[in-house]
Amino acid sequence: MPRHIVANVDEIPPGERKVLEVDGRSIGVFNVDGEFYAIRNRCPHQGGPVCEGYLTGFLKARIPGEYTYTRQGEILRCPWHGWEFDVKTGQSWIDPKKVRTRSYPAHVSSASAVQSDPDLETGPYIAETYQVSIDSEFVIVEIP
Amino acid sequence: MTVTSAETKTQVREQHAAIDCDIHNAMPNDVTFRKYLPTEWHAHHQSNGRRGHVGSGYPRAVPHAARVDSWPPSRLPPGGDLGFMREQLLDYWGFDYGILNCLGGAGGDLNLPYAAALCRAMNDWQVSEWLEPEPRLRASLLVPYEDADLAAAEIARMGDHPGFVQVLLVCRTREPLGHWKYWKMYEAAVRHNLPIGIHFGGAGGGPITGAGWPTHYMEDHAGMSQAFQAQVASYALSGVFDAIPELKVVLIEGGFAWLPPLMWRLDHHWQHIGNGAVPLKRLPSEYIRDHMWLTTQPMEEPAQKAHFAQLLDQLQMNDRLMFATDYPHWDFDAPTTAFPVELDSDLKRAIMADNARNLYSLL
Amino acid sequence: MSELYQSVIDTDIHNTIPSLKTLYPYLQDFWRDYLEESAFVGPDAHDYPAGLPFSARADSKSSDGPPGSQMELVRSNTIDAWKAEIGILTCNYWTTSIHHEDFALALSSAINDWQIDAFLNPEPRFRASLVVPGQNPELAAQEIDRLGGHPGFVQVIVPVRSHTLYGKRHFDPLYEAAVRNNLVVGIHYGGASGHPPTPTGWPVSFLEEYTGMTQLFQSQLLSLITEGAFNRHPDLKVSFIEGGFTWIPSFIWRMDKEWKGLRHELPWLTEPPSAYIHRHLRFTTQPMGAPPDPVHMSQILDQMGSTDLLMFATDYPHHHFDSPREALIKGIEEPLLGKIMAENARNWYALPN
Repeated sequence: MPRHIVANVDEIPPGERKVLEVDGRSIGVFNVDGEFYAIRNRCPHQGGPVCEGYLTGFLKARIPGEYTYTRQGEILRCPWHGWEFDVKTGQSWIDPKKVRTRSYPAHVSSASAVQSDPDLETGPYIAETYQVSIDSEFVIVEIP
Repeated sequence: MTVTSAETKTQVREQHAAIDCDIHNAMPNDVTFRKYLPTEWHAHHQSNGRRGHVGSGYPRAVPHAARVDSWPPSRLPPGGDLGFMREQLLDYWGFDYGILNCLGGAGGDLNLPYAAALCRAMNDWQVSEWLEPEPRLRASLLVPYEDADLAAAEIARMGDHPGFVQVLLVCRTREPLGHWKYWKMYEAAVRHNLPIGIHFGGAGGGPITGAGWPTHYMEDHAGMSQAFQAQVASYALSGVFDAIPELKVVLIEGGFAWLPPLMWRLDHHWQHIGNGAVPLKRLPSEYIRDHMWLTTQPMEEPAQKAHFAQLLDQLQMNDRLMFATDYPHWDFDAPTTAFPVELDSDLKRAIMADNARNLYSLL
Repeated sequence: MSELYQSVIDTDIHNTIPSLKTLYPYLQDFWRDYLEESAFVGPDAHDYPAGLPFSARADSKSSDGPPGSQMELVRSNTIDAWKAEIGILTCNYWTTSIHHEDFALALSSAINDWQIDAFLNPEPRFRASLVVPGQNPELAAQEIDRLGGHPGFVQVIVPVRSHTLYGKRHFDPLYEAAVRNNLVVGIHYGGASGHPPTPTGWPVSFLEEYTGMTQLFQSQLLSLITEGAFNRHPDLKVSFIEGGFTWIPSFIWRMDKEWKGLRHELPWLTEPPSAYIHRHLRFTTQPMGAPPDPVHMSQILDQMGSTDLLMFATDYPHHHFDSPREALIKGIEEPLLGKIMAENARNWYALPN
C-alpha cells in the first residue's frame, strides 16, 4: 500500500490537526495524545469538509441531567449539518456500521526508516515539501 | 490548523445554471453601520441601542449559527466579507446569481421608527457594499414589518432599485402574517413588483410553541416549521390573496415536506367548517399553489429515497421550488449533494435556476 | 354497517357532563358554594364553536344536556351503531385550563366519579379517560392513584394546549402515576392555556386555529422526544387524539435529520426520533386531513414506517363523515385495515379479545 509522508511530527502537536491533499484526496491528520490518525476530509452526507469541524468530546446521558463527558478531542463534528465522526475510525455516531468517512492507517517513522522504505511515495511531493534530516520523525499515512 | 480546500471542488460546476436563493450577508461591525445610519438616530443608537423581543434565544450549535469553515481570513463575521463569499460560495459553486437575505433583526426592533432607520441604513449599506460591487448578487429589502406604514415608506424609497428583488420579513411575527395590519405593506410591495420573502427566525414576543418555551436549540430550530405552517394557513385563510391578487410570498428556509399535509387539512376542513366571515373563492391549496414559492433548504431527507419523489408528487409545486444553500449557516445545503435523489434534468433546471429566474426576473 | 369491518374499537368518543349541577353530589360543600357564588360556567374554551354544524352531529343533540352528556344516546350513536366491541370515552372537560389548581382537582375528581356512575357502570363496553389537573402534575398524580386501579379507566387525558410543554420534567409525577397504574396518557385537541396557540400569535379565524392545532401536536411531540420523556419513563405510552396523522412522515424526516446534527445536545437520544415515535406513540384517525388522491394516502401510510400507529376513532359527536362507509380510509386493505379498526387499540390499551 503506498505510504505518504504527510507531516513532520512537530507540525501536529497533540490536540491539533493538519488538513492536506494527497493524491487528489483531501485528508485530515490528527494527533490524539501522541497517536496519529488520518481520515478522509469528506462527509458521507453532503460532502462537507468534515476534518475542519469542531474536535470535541462524546457526551453520554441515560436521562437528562446525568451527563458523562468522555473521549474529548476524539470526536469530529462536520461543519455542515453537524454529523459526528470518530477520528480514530472514521465511523459516524449516528450509524457507525453504514455511515463513515474513510480512515487510513497512520504512524510515525524515523528519517532512516523513511529513507530505506521502498514503498514510500517519494517523488516531487516529498522532495519539495520535506527536508529529510537524520533526526527528523515523520507522520506516514497509507493511502491505497 | 492547516486547511486546504475540500476536494468537493472537482465536482462543483453544474452543467447548467444555478441560483442560490438564500445567502446571508452580515454587517461587519458598528463602525460601518454608523456610516449608513441617519445622523438623527446616532444618539439613540449610542444610548439605548437595539431592543428586541428578548428571551427567545437558544445557544446554537456554533457561533453565528455559521459553518466553522465560513469564517473569512479577514476575521470579519461569516457572511461579512464579500471577497471571501465570492471565493467560498459564488465562484466555488459557480452560481449565476445569489439572493441576499440579511438577518440581524433590524426590522424587528421594538422602537419602530428606530427599526425603520436601522432598515434604511442596512439597505443603503447593501447597495453600496454588496450590490454595486458584485453584479451576481441581488438583495432583499429590510423593512420594519410590524408597522405597515413605515414598511411601505421604505419600500417606496428603495423598491425600484434594480438590486432589490424582494421584501424580507421573518417567520416569527407578532400576528399571523395574513392579518390585515400587514396589508398596506403588501400593497406597497406589489406596487414595486416585489415578492414578500419570509425567512426562518425572528421573534414576535410569543413562544415558538403554542404551549410555551421549549428547552433545546433543536426544538427551536425544528420548531420553525410549525411557525411556517401557521403563516401559510394565515395567508390562505385571510382573504389577502383575493384582496391583493398580485401578492407573491416566498417561504425561505422552512423546508417544504410539511406543506402537502397542511394543504390537505386546510382544504378538507374548509369544506366542512367554512371560514366564518372571510369567504374564500377557491380551495386554500389553490391560493397556496398560486401565490407561494418555497426554497429547498433545509432539504427534507426521508430514510427511503422513493419517499422524496412521492413528496414532490404530493406537493405539485415543481415550478415553485427554488434551490438555496443558506450560506454561511451550519445547515448549509450543497448544490451538488443536497437532493436525496437524482432529479430529472428538466426538474433540476427548474429548481436550480429557472423558477427563481422567473420569480425574480433575473436575466 | 358492521359488515364493513370485522371488529371495531372506537378510540375517541366524547362524553361530558350534562351540567355543573350534575357534579354537585360529587363535590364537597365549599366547592359547590364556590361554583354557585362565582357563577362559574366552565373552563375557557372555544374548541368547538356551538353554532358550527361540525361541532355536533345533528343526531347527538338532546334537550337534556350538551352532546355527549347522555349515556344512552352516546351508546346508540357510537358503539351500537358501529357494533363496536369497545368505545373509549375521551372527556374533554379541560380542568387543566383552570388556573385555580385545587378547584381543578376537585372538578376532575367529581367528573371521574360521575363517569363511573353514568357511563362505566351501566355499559361495560365503554372505557374512560381520567380527567386530571394537568397544570399541577402532583395533584394529577393524586387523582390518577385514587382511581387508576378502576378497570374502566384506560387512559389519563390532557389537552394539547398546555401551559408548559409535555416533555418537560415538570410532568414526571403525572407520567410516573400513569405508568404505575398501567394507563396511557392521551393528549387531545383543545384546551386554553392563555398562550397564543401558534408561534406567530393569535389566529383570526376558527378554521386557522383548528387546523393550527396540528402544529401544536408537532411541538408537543418534539418536546416529548427531545426532553427524553421516554428515556425517563421507558414504559410511557402516549396517544395523540384528534391531532391528525398525515403530517407524521414529513415530521419524522425533519426530526430525524435534526437529530443527526444536533443530537450532541440531547445525548440521551440513542436512536433517531422516529424510533421513539414508533414505540411510544399512537394516533387516532380523525380528523383525517386526507389527501384527495387515494394514492397519496397509501404513500403516507407506507411512509409512517409502521402499521401499528393508527387507531380508529369517530370523534363523536363531532361531524367528520356522514356514514361509517365514508369513515373508511380509501384504499386500505387487510391486514392493515383490521389493525387500524381494532387491533392496534386493543394492544395499546390492553383491551380483551
